Amino acid sequence: MNAVTAATIRPPVERAVARRRRRDRTFRLLAQSALWLALAVLAALLMSVVSGGWERLSWDFITSYPSRRAAAAGIYPALAGSMFLVVLTGALALPLGVGAALYLEEYGRGTRLERLIEINIANLAAVPSIIYGLLGLGLFVRALAMERSLLAGACTLALLVLPIVILATREALRAVPKSLREASYALGATKWQTVWHQVLPVAFPGILTGLILALSRAIGETAPLITIGALTYVPFVPDSIWSPFTALPIQIFNWVSRPQTAFLQNAAAGILVLLAVLLTMNSAAIWLRDRFQKQGVS
Amino acid sequence: MRRAERAIEHLLFACALLSVVTTVSIIAVLAVETVEFLKVAPMTEFLLGTEWTPLFADQKFGVLPLVAGTVLVSLIAMAVALPMGLLTAIYLSEYASAPVRRVAKPVLEVLAGVPTVVYGYFALLFVTPLLQHAVPGLAGFNALSPGIVTGIMILPMVSSLAEDAMRGVPVNLRAGAYALGATRMQTSLTVVVPAAFSGITAAFILAVSRAVGETMIVAIAAGQQPRLTLDPRVPIETMTAYIVQVSLGDTPTGTLEYRTIFAVGMLLFIGTFLLNLLSSALRRRYREEYA
Repeated sequence: MNAVTAATIRPPVERAVARRRRRDRTFRLLAQSALWLALAVLAALLMSVVSGGWERLSWDFITSYPSRRAAAAGIYPALAGSMFLVVLTGALALPLGVGAALYLEEYGRGTRLERLIEINIANLAAVPSIIYGLLGLGLFVRALAMERSLLAGACTLALLVLPIVILATREALRAVPKSLREASYALGATKWQTVWHQVLPVAFPGILTGLILALSRAIGETAPLITIGALTYVPFVPDSIWSPFTALPIQIFNWVSRPQTAFLQNAAAGILVLLAVLLTMNSAAIWLRDRFQKQGVS
Repeated sequence: MRRAERAIEHLLFACALLSVVTTVSIIAVLAVETVEFLKVAPMTEFLLGTEWTPLFADQKFGVLPLVAGTVLVSLIAMAVALPMGLLTAIYLSEYASAPVRRVAKPVLEVLAGVPTVVYGYFALLFVTPLLQHAVPGLAGFNALSPGIVTGIMILPMVSSLAEDAMRGVPVNLRAGAYALGATRMQTSLTVVVPAAFSGITAAFILAVSRAVGETMIVAIAAGQQPRLTLDPRVPIETMTAYIVQVSLGDTPTGTLEYRTIFAVGMLLFIGTFLLNLLSSALRRRYREEYA
């Protein structure tokens, strides 16, 4: 038997190391391609929508009422409905969400009830949106007799996005330095004076970012609005919170469900408008976040 | 002054309590109609029956075809999201440089922010025609295409939560593996992933819950035919798509057909609720492991 020397052991070891490096490179490539594949799907999605709807997109399309003739149909009532819905949802979700976050973050004493509320909020964030639709149907539309109104839709969506607003607000409140609160107390301010005059103004950009993100979730929601019975054909703009309504995603869904190519083109054009609205909202949120971060540093 | 302060505190507490009221209302609304429904259709028929035809003259209330549709779509979604999400998370957490991560993560988040009705359009008009070239006998409405697209939709959730779990693994463990001469791949697969296992599992389960509750993609691209099958090529109907189908029609309130959507909703709520609980229990565990 040969003695084991450096010279005899080296080649097999080097081979083994080379093999492992090769395997590592292959694996890296595989993992990288998973990321690239996901991004490629996003690109394909955008391309299919743009190629499907770009030609249909025009000022007329945005300002026209729905029609049985695909070429004459537009999204005006749907776009207006979505805008009203978002504003109303925000007006409901902001005070309720900020109130809940303030209680948990500033007033909470860590009782068991508060733990329960926290777990409950985390759970609500993961409840499927269509379940909120059934809640809205049973509670707002039927029990509270709001009928299929804009208000019933906004109440449903407000409950749906409330966990997002609460979580974002809590994060913003946590980022406010403790010294600020202590300074306020030292000057003799009460708890609410401290919260209202010191804490909330500093946390405000963060809260607003969270609100915009929550509303961009709300504006894309379709299933809960269909469930509460939002109409699919609305040839008018809602004139009050009690008015029946439709929304952009519902109009898109209505067009996608039709076999004629011309309506599918309308759907794609509607999606382009929806994505443009979402892009605007998200850019605003990112801009606010950046401003917020710079303020935090200085 | 003291009294105003207390009033404000009570008001804020009421806001916080609203979330509990929401949960209670969900359960109450679903339970009231489900109980009425079960008076006509017995529980055993509902849960074990294999035919679902509440909208036909000959009404049958076996929910299993809808459950099968939901399970099938969710399985396909997980078959896409699980490997891709895990690989993406490993790449971002163990391989990618900071600049790559800074660009890739927000772009992935865009995938999560796309409205589901848009994914539905994509599944019906892009993915299905594409798959029809590759899969013989694939119908225009099927489970495969919406399943894959749902998988893409939940992928950012899997990858970002799994990445969080992996980044939570102490750097000492990695350093130990590298000191023993392990490559990045060996470190990732034999040290980091096992150490982050409960966090990664929590991410997967939460993603399954999302897939189960996903509505618009299946309502648009899977068809509306309740069918007890695991064949991904034919039209099916999920629990969520059924609720949409009934909501779109003009079913009068108070009828049995109307109540079916609450019974199906109850089943959906219980299913996703259990998945969410399991997920948060697992997440708590991985937090404790490296606290």
